[in-house]
This record gives sequence, structure tokens and C-alpha cells, in this order.
Amino acid sequence: MKELIEILKGLHPDVDFENTTTLIDDQILDSFDIITLITEIDSVFDVQIPAEEIVPERFNSAKALYELIEELLEDN
Amino acid sequence: MQTNVLEYLENAVQKAPNKLAYSDGTVHLTFKDVSQRSLAIGTFLIDRRHINEPVLIFMKRSPETITAYYGTIYAGSYYVPIDEEMPSIRMSLIIETVKPKAMICDRKTAEVAEQMNFEGTIYLYDDIVSTEVNLHAIEAVRKRVIDIDPIYVVFTSGSTGVPKGVVACHRSVIDYIDQLSEILNVSEDTVFGNQTPLYLDACLKELFPTLKHTATAYIIPKQLFMFPVKLIEFMNLHKINTVCWVVSALTIISSLKAFDKVIPEHLKTVAFGSEVFPVKQFNLWKKTLPEARFINLYGPTEATGMSTFYEADRFFEEDEIIPIGKAFKNTDVMLITEDNQLAEPGEIGEICIRGTSVTMGYYGAFDKTNTVFVQNPLNPHFLETIYKTGDIGRKDPDGNLYFVSRKDHQIKHMGHRIELGEIEMNANRIEGIHSACCIYDKKTEKINLFYDGTTESKEVLKHLKAALPRYMVPTRIHPIAKMPLTANGKIDRVYLKSLIENGEV
Repeated sequence: MKELIEILKGLHPDVDFENTTTLIDDQILDSFDIITLITEIDSVFDVQIPAEEIVPERFNSAKALYELIEELLEDN
Repeated sequence: MQTNVLEYLENAVQKAPNKLAYSDGTVHLTFKDVSQRSLAIGTFLIDRRHINEPVLIFMKRSPETITAYYGTIYAGSYYVPIDEEMPSIRMSLIIETVKPKAMICDRKTAEVAEQMNFEGTIYLYDDIVSTEVNLHAIEAVRKRVIDIDPIYVVFTSGSTGVPKGVVACHRSVIDYIDQLSEILNVSEDTVFGNQTPLYLDACLKELFPTLKHTATAYIIPKQLFMFPVKLIEFMNLHKINTVCWVVSALTIISSLKAFDKVIPEHLKTVAFGSEVFPVKQFNLWKKTLPEARFINLYGPTEATGMSTFYEADRFFEEDEIIPIGKAFKNTDVMLITEDNQLAEPGEIGEICIRGTSVTMGYYGAFDKTNTVFVQNPLNPHFLETIYKTGDIGRKDPDGNLYFVSRKDHQIKHMGHRIELGEIEMNANRIEGIHSACCIYDKKTEKINLFYDGTTESKEVLKHLKAALPRYMVPTRIHPIAKMPLTANGKIDRVYLKSLIENGEV
């Protein structure tokens, strides 16, 4: 989780990623961020997020995104 | 001969009043709705004497905004779009340049507008859209309008940090729309999926051909471009068959592997432009949609929209570049060398445009206009204005044009035209920064900012985010002890570039 928060902080240092649950709904993340996130997650965690998982629910909070990473890691 | 873009709308409403014209999936407007609303807004503006003047349109991206544009044109005025995506500094500069007396807002943007340095009157779209139409007044205004009267001023990034407002008239837009429609094969069966913002000239590709051919245009919600599978599902639901997108919108879909899951099954025409399509991604699209037409478009805002096209009807090798092709009909694209001669095949030259599509220059900026809208150097005999794009190109023996590079420090990044100078100017404004320089690294497609000063890089990023649109914010920020200078005292860009290329920063 710490590594993920660090990636996110790199994009938006001023956002409280531990507690924000509306990253998409409040337009905090944009399409640039999504692409950067997917590439960085791939290089840090070695997981490729499949297209069908790139949906708002998965990116609305750091927690939800981390859960997705964990699920994908288990599948590996 | 058609002399007013509104004739497109008037013909459409005769032909197919109840057909869907514009929709964003939530708000749906038929041609009759579009006509009714545009006439109402036109009547209102005429009644308030906002005739033949700039009218600021500050609304969210929706079909209603389009009717505010047409309403403004009905009043014999010209629309100047601004948008919430723009930083407030940029909006202020636009207001200072154009000094509009009227602004049309929706309920949400009106709150922002109240805080601006705007001295004119703010009108709420919802309040004026039900004005009773006065055809008499509309016709009286129409009689006085001629085809070289402006219909819009759209702002692009400027090298000195001040955005430039390109003024375009009926004549140029009609010429552009007629030629573009032919190239894209637009018909009443066309269903557009609009991706570009409505505050740029890029959206003309959907707005007017939809009227001309009684087609339908969906304004695809911006958020969908973050979620490619949902995006394609939206396209399939609405049977979208034609798109004119920036390359990065297309590559989001292919690079995130959305085609593994779903394909845009109705898509027949894919026009793209504003930047180079990476061949690997292009081939992926071509493989997924073997029946579709792929068209590369190139052109500057200063020549109304697009000036050249190339039908990419084959796969490309990894080391190949997709050409920008040949000029639109009724447009001449010349390559002019540094000694003012036409370039030979294979020789590089500046891409210069001649034709009806050449716009009327920059609003309130004759000095800037005169540096790029110039007398054709090949014609010493009579008045003939060409537009110098600042793009360097080269033609192959078949006459196909290739984009080579920018003359100055303007770059294309994620489909947006960016003057690196504008980023630098904003960085230099930050307290504690002595000097700043932006370098675009083509390989990683990242904007790098170098600066010397006492400010923390985190702080620099915070300031730039507040001052610049998102796509202009540097992705790499490097504090350096001392800015390197060349012999004649200019920032040594070549050295800074080498630091990036050698991985030293």
C-alpha cells in the first residue's frame, strides 16, 4: 500500500490518498493519471491491469486500487 | 452560393426536423430543437444589442453549448469559448484581449464567472433559451452579414505566454466543411463520436458536417476516455461509425488492450491528427478494424482546421512515418525554403498555406498576426496572404507531405499544441526561481522543466498546476545549481537535452 500511495503522491502531492474515496467522481484523476498509474503499477508490482478492470470503481480510492493489485497478484 | 454557416442549420431543419442532431447521452437535441434554441438565443442577443461583437460562451461541454454558439452567430456576433478546464489566468487573459460585453453561462459556470475580472453582463443559458423567437429581427440582422464576417475567436497557446485568439469567418468555415465532408464521406447515416473539447476549432469537424448532412453527433463524456472498455461500449450502444480524434485518445484504447475485450463494431471511419500516430498502435487499430478507413489529418487553427489528408490504407513498417499527405481541394500547401523558394522533392521547407481557409489572424494582435500571415513571397505582383505554420515538412516524389519538426519551441503533446515558452514564463513567475527552461523529450514524451532557484520542486509543481492546463504541466522537474548558458548568453538547450538523453537527470 505504501508503494501505491507513493506513486499516487507523485502525481498529486497535495491529495490525501489514504482517505479520499472520490478520485474519479471528483475528477481528481484524469486520463493522463490513469495511463501513468497503469504503467507504474506494472513496473513496481509487476501486474498488468486488464482492460475490463479499468473502471471507475477500481480507481476511486487508493484502497480499491490496492485491492485490485492484490487480486491480480494472487491470480499470478 | 452559400454565404452563412447557418444555412446548414436551416436546410437541416427543413429536411429532418425530428432527427437527433446532438446528444451527450443525457441531453438529446433534434435539428428542430437546435434551430429553436439557436433562434431564441439569437433573438435575445439582438434585443440586448449584442450585435457584431464578441460573446463569451462559458458552459460545460454539452449539446446546449453548441446552440449558444449558433445563437451568437444568429445575432451577427461571434462566439469566444472558454472552459472550466482552462486555468483562471488564461481565462482572464482572454477576457482582457477580447473585452466582451456579454457572457453566456450555465448555472455551474456562472458561479465561477462571478469571481472573474469581467465587466460585462452575465446571461444564464436557461433564462434566455426560452426567449420568444423574433424572425423579423433575425432576418434584419442576416441581411447585413456577409461571408467574411467572423463567427468565432478560438484561443491557442502563445509563445510569450499570452494566448492568441484566431478569428475565422463564414467563408473559411464553409470551405473547410465542404472539403472535409467529402474526404470523410459524411452522409445522413454518419454517426459522429466527438472527443475534442468544444472550445477549440477541432470540434468543427463534427458540429457543421452534422448540420450539412443531417447526420448525428454524440459528444462522448470526457470521463469515458479514462475507461476504454466503457468508451467502446458507449460507441457500440449509439452505433458511432465516424470519429475524428487526437491520436492519444486512440492509443489509450489500443495500449490499454481494450480490444481484447470489446471492439467498436460500427466504426467505419477513423480520422486522426494533431500528432504522430505511433506505427505499432496504428497497425493494432488497422488489424482490429480491417474494413475501416483510416485518415491522417493535418492543419493549423490559423487555416480553420485541417489542410491536408492522407488515407492510410495499409499497414506501416516500424521505421516508417505516416505521411500527412496532400492538400484539401481549394487549398494550396507550399513548402518554402529559407531563401524563399519552393522546396524541391525531398528538400525541407516551412509548410505555408494559401486559400480561403486561411483565417483573419489573431484578435487584437496585429504585430503577431503580421509575422505569420504574410504576403506570398513567391508573388511580387499583387496582394496575396499566406499563413506560415512554423512547421517544417518535406515532400516525397509522389507529392505526399511529411511533417518533420517545429521551427520554434512549440510542441505537440497528447494532442495539444504547446508553446514551451508559456510553461517557462509561468515557472519564472514563481517566487525563488531565477531561471527556468523546458525541454520536451520526444522519446519518453515527457515535458522536463529545469530551474535554478531556492524553491522546492514540490512547490514548483503546485504553482504550475494552478497556472497551467493539465496537459502543460511538466512531468519531470529538475532543480539545477546553475542554468547553463551558451556563448551568446542564451540558455543552453542542447546541453540540457543531452542531460536527459544521457540519463544524467
